[in-house]
Amino acid sequence: MTELFARHAIGSPVSGAALVARDGFSARYDLDRARGTFSRPAHQLAGQSYVGRVLVLDTAKGGVASAWMLHDMAARGVAPLALVFNSVNPILAQGAAFGGIPLLAGFDGDITALVPNGSRLALDPSRRLLMIVET
Amino acid sequence: MRLSEEERDILAGKLGPVPRLALEHQVKVGEFFGAEDFVAVTQAHVMADSESLGEAGVRWLEGLAAAKEGRRRVRIPTITDPRGTDFAKAAFLGQTRAMLSLEERAIAALVKLGLMMTDTCINYQTVQPATLGEHVAFGDTGVVIYSNSVCGARSNFEGGPSALAAGLTGRTPRYGFHLEAQRRATLAVRVDFTPRSLNEWGALGGVIGRLAGNYWAVPLVEGLEASPGSDALKHFGAAMASFGSSALFHMPGVTPEARRRGDVAPDPLPQVGVTRADIESLEKSYRKEEGVDVVVFSAPQLSLVELAGLAAQCDGRRFAIPLLAVTSPQVKPDADRMGYTTKIEAAGGTVLSGMCFYQSYAREIAQAKGWKRLATNSAKLVNVLGGYGYVPMLASMEQCVDAACSGRLE
Repeated sequence: MTELFARHAIGSPVSGAALVARDGFSARYDLDRARGTFSRPAHQLAGQSYVGRVLVLDTAKGGVASAWMLHDMAARGVAPLALVFNSVNPILAQGAAFGGIPLLAGFDGDITALVPNGSRLALDPSRRLLMIVET
Repeated sequence: MRLSEEERDILAGKLGPVPRLALEHQVKVGEFFGAEDFVAVTQAHVMADSESLGEAGVRWLEGLAAAKEGRRRVRIPTITDPRGTDFAKAAFLGQTRAMLSLEERAIAALVKLGLMMTDTCINYQTVQPATLGEHVAFGDTGVVIYSNSVCGARSNFEGGPSALAAGLTGRTPRYGFHLEAQRRATLAVRVDFTPRSLNEWGALGGVIGRLAGNYWAVPLVEGLEASPGSDALKHFGAAMASFGSSALFHMPGVTPEARRRGDVAPDPLPQVGVTRADIESLEKSYRKEEGVDVVVFSAPQLSLVELAGLAAQCDGRRFAIPLLAVTSPQVKPDADRMGYTTKIEAAGGTVLSGMCFYQSYAREIAQAKGWKRLATNSAKLVNVLGGYGYVPMLASMEQCVDAACSGRLE
C-alpha cells in the first residue's frame, strides 16, 4: 500500500476506484450531468462515467458553476465519490465543502502519474492522506 | 482560523441560523486554503442560475429564505449574475414550464434573502465597478478577473454558495487574491501583435489562459501597442478565466497595480511569446463546419457599445438563421430607446436580457431548436459549449452577421 499526503483536504473518509487522467475539470464545461458522463469531446475521459469514482485529475478549470453543480449531482446520486487533484481553484473547494464531496489537493509529484487508473483508493481527509490500496 | 468576537457569536447562532450556516461554510473553505482570518467585503455577486442550482440548490435557497424576517437578509449590497432565462423569450428558446418554475422559485428565494436582482455578468460596466484595493466577493469568473485586473479590486472566484455566504456575513476568508503576495506576476507573456477585434482579444485571452494553466498563475502581458477599451478587456479576461481558470492579469501601463513592470514583478519571470499565428490556430481549431444553425452573441453579456455596433451591421439585412444577442437588464432599455433592438430584430434577430446563453439550459435548447453548429465572436462561449453538444465556431462579429444572412461561415 502506498501513502501520499496532500497539502489541502476537506470532507469525510471514503474508498473507491480511481478514474485518472492528466486533464482539467469543470462540472459545467466537461460533464453531461444528467447521464453522469464526461461529455466534452476533447476531454481525455470523454464518454466515461464518473459516478461513484474517485476522480484523479490535474486541475480545476473554467467557471463558478461547479460549486452548485456538485451539490446538485450529489443530491441526485450522480456525483463522483471524491476528488483528488494536483491543484484546485476556490470553486472546487467551495463546491466540495457545500456538496459534501471529499477533496484532496496538492501533492509532492504529479498525482495523475502516481495513481494508476482503476486502482482502489482510500481517502482520509482529516489526515490529508491518500492510500493506494490495490493497483 | 482566528475568529473575532462577532464571528464567534455568529457561529454560536446568536444572529440566527442563516448567518451561522454561511459562516460555517466559509470556515471550511478558509481552513482548506490555510486562511488566517476573515476580511470584510463591501459587495457580493452571486451566480445562481437554476440550471446550476438544480432542484437541490433551489430547495437549499428556499430553506434559507424560510428563516424569520429580519434574520435572513444579506448585510452588504449583493447582486446577481445572469438568470437561466429571459421570461419574455422563453417560448422562443424552447424552455419548458419546469425550467421556468425552478427559475421562479430561485428568484423568489433570492429576493427574500435581500439580493438585488441585477442579473448581469457585466456589473463592472453597468452597476458599480469595484475600486482599487476594494475587497469584494464576486462570482462569475469574467467579473472576477476584470475586477481584479482592470479595477485593482481583491476577489477570489466565489461560487454561488460562497458569494451568498459573503453577502450574509459581510466577510470572506482571507486567502488567494486577497493577499498582496498572491497578486504578483508569475509568468511574463510577450505579445508581438495587437488584436483588432473582440474575437481576437478573446482568442488572445484564451491562448494566455491555456499557457497560465491554473488559478494561481498571474500572467504579466506585455507588447500591446495601445490601451485596450473596456469591451476588449472584457473578452480578453473572460476567455483567459475560462480557458485557464485565471483570476488576475497585469498589463504594465494599463492595469492599476502595474504602472511599471517592477510593481508586480520585482524578480525575473519565466517568459513565453504569443504571436498572431497562435490565436489564428486557436480560432481554426474550432472551425469544423461551414454551415451554421445559429449565431449567438453572449458570454459576457453585450455592452451598449457592442449592441450599437451590432445594430449598425444588422441594419437593412435579412437573416436566414436565428441570431441571438444577449445583454443585461441595465443595457436593454437603452438599446430599446436608441433603436438598436429594433434594427437587430427587424433583420430577424432576437435581443435577450438578463440571461446568458450557456447558463440557460444550453443543452436542452440545442435539442428543442435543432441547433448544433453555432457561430459567435465570444472565445469564452466556444470554450464552454463543446461539452453541451454544440459545434461552436469563433469568428468576428461581422463574419457572424454575414453567417446569419447566408447560413454559412466563410
